[in-house]
Amino acid sequence: MLLLGVTLLLLAAAGADPSGSAASLRGPLHASAPPPRLLPQPVPEYGAPGVASARSAAEAAVGTGKEELEAAEQQHHGGGYRVVQWEWSYVQTPYIIAIWLLVASVAKIFHFSQRFTTVVPESCMLILLGLVLGGVVLLASKKQLYQLDPSLFFLFLLPTIVGDAGYFMPARLFFDNLGAILTYAVVGTLWNAFCTGFCLYAAKLLGIIEQVKADLMDFLLFGALISAVDPVAVLAVFEEVHINEMLFIIVFGESLLNDAVTQVLYKVYISFVEVGVENVQTADYFKGVSFLIVSIGGTLVGLVFAVILGFITRFTKKVRIIEPLFVFLMVYLAYLTAELFSLSAILMTFCGIGANKYVEANISQKSRTTVKYTMKTLASIAETIIFIFLGISAVDKSKWAWDTGLVSCTLVFIFVFRAAVVGQTWVLNRFRLVPLDKIDQVVMSYGGLRGAVAFALVVLLDGERVKAKDYFVATTIVVVFFTVMFQFQGLTIKPLVKWLKVPRSTNSKPTINEEIHERAFDHILTAVEDIAGLQGYHHWRDWEQFDKNYLSKLLLRKSVYRKSELWEAYQKINIRDAISVIDQGGNVLTSARLSLPSMASRASFPEVTNVTNYRENGSGVCLDLQVIDNVSGSKVEEDMETHHVLAGNLYKPRRRYQSHYSRHFMPLGEKERQDREVFQRNMRSRMETFKSTRHKRHKKERSLKKQRRGSDTKDDGGDKPRRNVSWQDKPVVVPVEPEDDKADHSDPEKEEDVGITFTARKAETPKQRPKSALDVCQSPPPHTPSPPTEDSHLPWKGSVGSPPPCVSVEATKIIPVDLQQAWNQSISSLESVSSPPAPAEPVHPRVSALSRLG
Amino acid sequence: MGSSSSSLNNVPDGQQLMQETGFSAAHLLRLYERFKFLDKDNRGHLRSEDFEAVPELSENPIGDRIVGAFFLPGQETVDFSSFVRVLAHFRPTEKNRTRAGAQPEPANSRNRKLKFAFRLYDRDRDGKISRTELLQVLREMLGMQVTEEQLQSIADRAIQEADLDKDDAISFDEFRKSLEKVNIDHKMSIRFLE
Repeated sequence: MLLLGVTLLLLAAAGADPSGSAASLRGPLHASAPPPRLLPQPVPEYGAPGVASARSAAEAAVGTGKEELEAAEQQHHGGGYRVVQWEWSYVQTPYIIAIWLLVASVAKIFHFSQRFTTVVPESCMLILLGLVLGGVVLLASKKQLYQLDPSLFFLFLLPTIVGDAGYFMPARLFFDNLGAILTYAVVGTLWNAFCTGFCLYAAKLLGIIEQVKADLMDFLLFGALISAVDPVAVLAVFEEVHINEMLFIIVFGESLLNDAVTQVLYKVYISFVEVGVENVQTADYFKGVSFLIVSIGGTLVGLVFAVILGFITRFTKKVRIIEPLFVFLMVYLAYLTAELFSLSAILMTFCGIGANKYVEANISQKSRTTVKYTMKTLASIAETIIFIFLGISAVDKSKWAWDTGLVSCTLVFIFVFRAAVVGQTWVLNRFRLVPLDKIDQVVMSYGGLRGAVAFALVVLLDGERVKAKDYFVATTIVVVFFTVMFQFQGLTIKPLVKWLKVPRSTNSKPTINEEIHERAFDHILTAVEDIAGLQGYHHWRDWEQFDKNYLSKLLLRKSVYRKSELWEAYQKINIRDAISVIDQGGNVLTSARLSLPSMASRASFPEVTNVTNYRENGSGVCLDLQVIDNVSGSKVEEDMETHHVLAGNLYKPRRRYQSHYSRHFMPLGEKERQDREVFQRNMRSRMETFKSTRHKRHKKERSLKKQRRGSDTKDDGGDKPRRNVSWQDKPVVVPVEPEDDKADHSDPEKEEDVGITFTARKAETPKQRPKSALDVCQSPPPHTPSPPTEDSHLPWKGSVGSPPPCVSVEATKIIPVDLQQAWNQSISSLESVSSPPAPAEPVHPRVSALSRLG
Repeated sequence: MGSSSSSLNNVPDGQQLMQETGFSAAHLLRLYERFKFLDKDNRGHLRSEDFEAVPELSENPIGDRIVGAFFLPGQETVDFSSFVRVLAHFRPTEKNRTRAGAQPEPANSRNRKLKFAFRLYDRDRDGKISRTELLQVLREMLGMQVTEEQLQSIADRAIQEADLDKDDAISFDEFRKSLEKVNIDHKMSIRFLE
């Protein structure tokens, strides 16, 4: 059914536009240099005003398009004022594009809802879709009219793709492995480009390639554009086959930077070809080296804009709505500026990489989400358009010419030279502390997948100057098809890697023990890696110092900057403060969590229904367990259930989720949620250990003092901080010292990021909404004494699912009465805890730390 | 290489540690740098606060246990040699076992790796993972959505599955048996330390 609908849409799109789509696509771009070849047809004025009645444009065009038009024409000549008019030519451009994207998106829904997602990669699907679409258009109009416009590509499609990649690049890992990335991207790409070019030329001289009329320069040009590997798609496989994050970042970084190298080479060659090889002076060859200037210049432009962007977002507190706009505009401007100076615009990804940290910290949670989604959407649109162009061009025979020699030679050469990765790796491994092993190398060399960029570049060649363009187009299409379809995901690379890997004995399902312990091992390994500091290199310390001293001060909002310092402040907090934190927050909360499993942060996740379902599910299992434990048949089922629970809920080690980069998926805050949960637990337990040691020490002291002071009341340490909190008062008012940076902590930010803030006014009538207050405030956050550097852990800055803090940092805070119910419920379990229950004073730790800082 | 081995003299007990743990000089140097970095006040030893200052650890559900494993029982500080000795557990096993035979079992053997993991569970060091101990670990490692009953049932099942002598606890032998099929060397090795 869906297929039928898609086909119908295709027909509609194709039929509705018998001509002039090239023009339509160029619609918004007329300002840029108009390439003459792109507008071969005169656009007929069939879109004259007429009657369209209630039928949609697409519908009208299906089947009886021509007649309809003629009729419309006649009616138009009939004259008279029409309220409803047929304005096809007016809406044509956006209409066609919208229909295309709609079709592609519908196809994606279909694609991802089906099983074969794992077998057929998405880019395959898009190409196939393009083929179908192209075929339909060809049938409808007999002539292929869609063409990729250079300005469309370079000014709109490319920046969205690279902007997305840059913005989501994990900066630290990237710079840690910069050496390897640069080697692969620059040396590897240059090697590929030159070798492919020269070898193809040699093949031509040898007569293997017969029909193609091209000289060395043309082949070099072709070699350059075909050598850019686009491994982003390979990354999807990486997740499947346990690829370490280092390889991930290397491949990802390479995919970014080699585009830049290819672009530069391409431009240099193009200018050579345009001038004509015979006119190129020897000195001009050295200008090819200018790619260094071009690259460094592009990088600098990116970084400058990153600084400006960070600086601007520092002051956008009052204009939250347009915060995302600033991000997009600055990234885009960075790209355009680089383009303006004909620097490597693709390197403006550094703008995204550099700005990310500061921007993310400055802008509000909602803006962050908007930026994320919009970036992804734009990139996805751009990629879709390119792939559809690819499919369409492949159908139209007039656009390409076949030469078996060229095609087969190219395929062989790109394979062979890609394998040179092994050589580079060998050299690199001599310098790297973490060597790349054989499987990594195989994956890298085999994953030499050519994508949209190569195709776009080849299509943009000037047919007048490069005589062999049509052959090159055909070859590129074949290469892209071949690498995407056969070499890639599911089809061959996954089995290959699996075959290469040490066969894991997974004949049987893992036992529960194995599942638990293996995950534990993962965590152990991650922790030890963190302790041994294998991630960071030495120079990071200098950089972090610089960042802290200058950049952060300049680019981060004062409040954000302060907050991130809290983490360090925590380390330096003196014993007295720490004690008060424990006595007031830590213990009570722990017991609250234990005794009231259904409250605390559990219910505050966004997927409340989900959670409840789960819980029902769980308790059902437990019931069953008691009832049918003896029945052996159901035991298997329960085991399954246990596995299910384990698989769903075991915390994932960091490396697992960090290697998630996909153009079309986002991790949905899973990481942040987990991090926050774990962080809070850890802080709590640390506080407790801290406290227990203190108790021990304290007891010792006390026993020494006993003779002098006589018997002490128990636990005098806990008394002090509780002194100013009145447990009986209905709304507990916690006085807080005024802060000097109150302005930075003012409400707008919190109100925007956080569901509910309790202010003094609201708390005056706490009785009126007893239930809801409890529901919302189930998780008081006092156990987070201080957030780590990334502020995603700050309860009030966290993702959507963050437990809404009941209190914000203001001069006077009210804690809703209903929390006391929770305390009362939890009191029963407090016997085990050494110190008596204390009322919640969630503000205290944070505030005390803050005021200390202030 | 030459320069690094010459500065190995700065590392306390450098030569001896190299012998004992099988680390190369470059590794030791690197680890020593890291050690000095963690040791913020230059005391020459690490306290648990120093470990806790590693921000990533606070996001590791069992991070504190692992930190605890660095400390010998009863001690509150870790000096460089014990730091390295703990890390030696995570060296991948050599393919060509040259040092097999008379020498004591190296820290990176499968057995020692398992023992290290086992001790993380076995908090009271009685040689057994009791139900309570397992439950604690599970509580740390599972998300908040899991109810206490679910945790209990998981712990029960895990013990049932591994417990061969029916003493309601997992001994080291049972622990090892239950993980027989797991490639420990792969799971518990850091490639950097090769």
